[in-house]
Amino acid sequence: MAKILLKKQLSKDVFMMNLHAPLIAEERSAGQFIILQVDEDYGERIPLTIADANTTDGSITIIFQVVGKSTLQLSKMNEGDDVPALVGPLGRPTHVENFGTVVCVGGGIGVAPMHPIAQALKAAGNKVIIIIGARNKDLIILEEEMKAIADELIICTDDGSYGRKALVTQPLKEICERDPKPNMVIAIGPPIMMKFCSETTRPYDVFTQVSLNTIMVDGTGMCGGCRVNVGKEVKFVCVDGPEFDGHKVDFDNMMTRLNSYKSIERESHNCYLQSEIEAKEMK
Amino acid sequence: MHHDTPEQLQEKARQLVAEYVSKVDDLKPKERTKIPSQDMPAQDPEVRVHNLDEVALGYTFEQAQVEAIRCLQCVKKTCVEDCPVRIDIPGFVNHIAHGNLDQAAGVIKEASLLPAICGRVCPQETQCQQNCAVGKALKDVEKSVAIGRLERFVADWERKTGKISVPEVKSATGKKVAVVGSGPAGLVVAADCRREGHHVTIFEAFHKLGGVLRYGIPEFRLPNDIIDKEIQTLSAMGVEFKTNFVVGKTRKLKDLMEKDGYDAVFIGVGAGLPIFMGIEGENLVGVFSANEYLTRANLMRAFDKGHADTPIYQSRKVAVLGGGNVAMDSARMAKRLGAENVYVVYRRTEVEMPARKEEVEHAKEEGIEFLFLQNAKRILGSEDGRVNAMECVRFELGEPDASGRRRPIQVPNSEFMLDVDTVIVAIGNGSNPLLTQSTPGINLNKWGNITVDENQKTSMDRVFAGGDIVLGAATVILAMGEGRRAAAAINKMLAEEIERERKQ
Repeated sequence: MAKILLKKQLSKDVFMMNLHAPLIAEERSAGQFIILQVDEDYGERIPLTIADANTTDGSITIIFQVVGKSTLQLSKMNEGDDVPALVGPLGRPTHVENFGTVVCVGGGIGVAPMHPIAQALKAAGNKVIIIIGARNKDLIILEEEMKAIADELIICTDDGSYGRKALVTQPLKEICERDPKPNMVIAIGPPIMMKFCSETTRPYDVFTQVSLNTIMVDGTGMCGGCRVNVGKEVKFVCVDGPEFDGHKVDFDNMMTRLNSYKSIERESHNCYLQSEIEAKEMK
Repeated sequence: MHHDTPEQLQEKARQLVAEYVSKVDDLKPKERTKIPSQDMPAQDPEVRVHNLDEVALGYTFEQAQVEAIRCLQCVKKTCVEDCPVRIDIPGFVNHIAHGNLDQAAGVIKEASLLPAICGRVCPQETQCQQNCAVGKALKDVEKSVAIGRLERFVADWERKTGKISVPEVKSATGKKVAVVGSGPAGLVVAADCRREGHHVTIFEAFHKLGGVLRYGIPEFRLPNDIIDKEIQTLSAMGVEFKTNFVVGKTRKLKDLMEKDGYDAVFIGVGAGLPIFMGIEGENLVGVFSANEYLTRANLMRAFDKGHADTPIYQSRKVAVLGGGNVAMDSARMAKRLGAENVYVVYRRTEVEMPARKEEVEHAKEEGIEFLFLQNAKRILGSEDGRVNAMECVRFELGEPDASGRRRPIQVPNSEFMLDVDTVIVAIGNGSNPLLTQSTPGINLNKWGNITVDENQKTSMDRVFAGGDIVLGAATVILAMGEGRRAAAAINKMLAEEIERERKQ
């Protein structure tokens, strides 16, 4: 069990929570994730990246977007409530050293897991260029936090409601064309964004690391549901990742696998929403 | 396949009891072997493929007594020799024959802590029942005394009548034992170490206890109630449980000793790394490891579609690759989840299948189709990346290989297509490196299994290991046997330490 110490709504569908988990706070490093359940008997195991940790009050920070029934239920929990099951830290930590110049590209909710990585890279002496992308202004999160870290911060929105009207790949391409080109790119966000970031950097031969969020059950290497093709090898995101060389990841297969349960999940979400509406009408 | 109903079986047993029970001590071996062996009452196949309830219903008292009377009480006890934990089988069977179930339970408990589980999941036909004199006399191992069913009967009787006693726990020693993993090996270590008065904590990565007993073996073979009962007993003994705790991640193993003050650690984390075929199409949507499929259905309760949030793939035609118990469990689970056709694809023949005989029989009754001497060559998908067929190839048996089984040889140009939308890979598990990777100083063999000495001691001071992480994928009873041995060694080590400390 993990008590919710703090809850904040960052945008319409995006929430931040601090959870009391002293052991995880102590052990975790940037890049690792947790799995939680809103119900220990019937709930799904939801993997979420650890956005931050505080060893003083023994808390970890998670940031999540409501995308289905389980995340909707989580979003309805409040400060003081207990999350029934929380396990971690899982996955391998991000490898951090002084690479030189690193471009961090965070798309939508992907800015949350990017935050501790950018922080660690900055602390290791890198020049950190941060690109934040979102569909519109309301979906931009952690702008102030990222501004505090970044040597250069670029914000783009698809609709131009804030920052540049562009996809993140445009500024990324421009930065790759600079002389000298960046030493490394880290991209975290929707699969399609990570795919196109990898394609953008490929001609410039800039190493591009992506952080994958595939379907998983146990998160400890036992089920293999999270497997992805990386180069000629099959890797398990939960124990071999979540970070991989974006130039080697088979994104198309990964995106297909992410849709394995789409129709069932949509049905479940709709059923849940329907029952919520009915419950409200009853009142 | 015709089977008597439970009522018919009971009626026959009642008549046999009336005939034999008065002369139970006076029967000649020939008379005993003439007594018909007692079939296990089971749920009707047509009914049970629509539910998750236990298939085998268990003997009635009369059936158990008749079956027990069949035992010849041999002088040379091959059954005991063939039991990994050396239960005094003729001893407990004789008590059943005389109707003394209390005493039968006592005899079993001397050697086995989890009889309700072992009676259900042990491969008795390759262990205690394999060389049974009754089976030998009748030239049919299936006619051996049904030791496993009798074991289960006694354990169930004990549970149902509320007679399970909480083992006595000695006064606190102040020593702490960490048990990593709550599967069969870990449960045994916890009980045995706790009895000596040590503080015991079981660390479990999942949110529920029981390890493979919970996430792997379906309820139609091992109901959760039985696992819960064993855990309640441990809890009543004062064993502490920490779920959602991945040793190696949440806490390093050495920190358990150095920071948290544990005096000994037992590693029983199981095998838990699914092996895939390495064939084309294995990453298509609709291909699952048996671990994933069964974990979704069992632990995450995905079969309970009205309540569970974890989805499970909706299948029409399923191929299960492999011939062990896990393959049987996956196939039968797929059937229960609504698949119309379920094929078990195995590259050898029925004789070589490692699955428990009873499970194979039950699977056949439930309409699972067995494709022997065939194997998957590649999996094909539709444009949207979902499985829509599997190419298979035929085999024939050649010379025996290192395992003594005849080696399957591929028949040239024998490829054919199987119409399936789901493929479940159940060809075994490797050793999961999650804990061992984060624990330098622990020696492994070339397959990644932890190497131990004859006392289950690893290369690390105060650290012991047992079960599948040592054996590779094996059985519940072997894991328990290793747990027993490890616990004895831990208890001895701690007793010596207490003695030394006392002298100082």
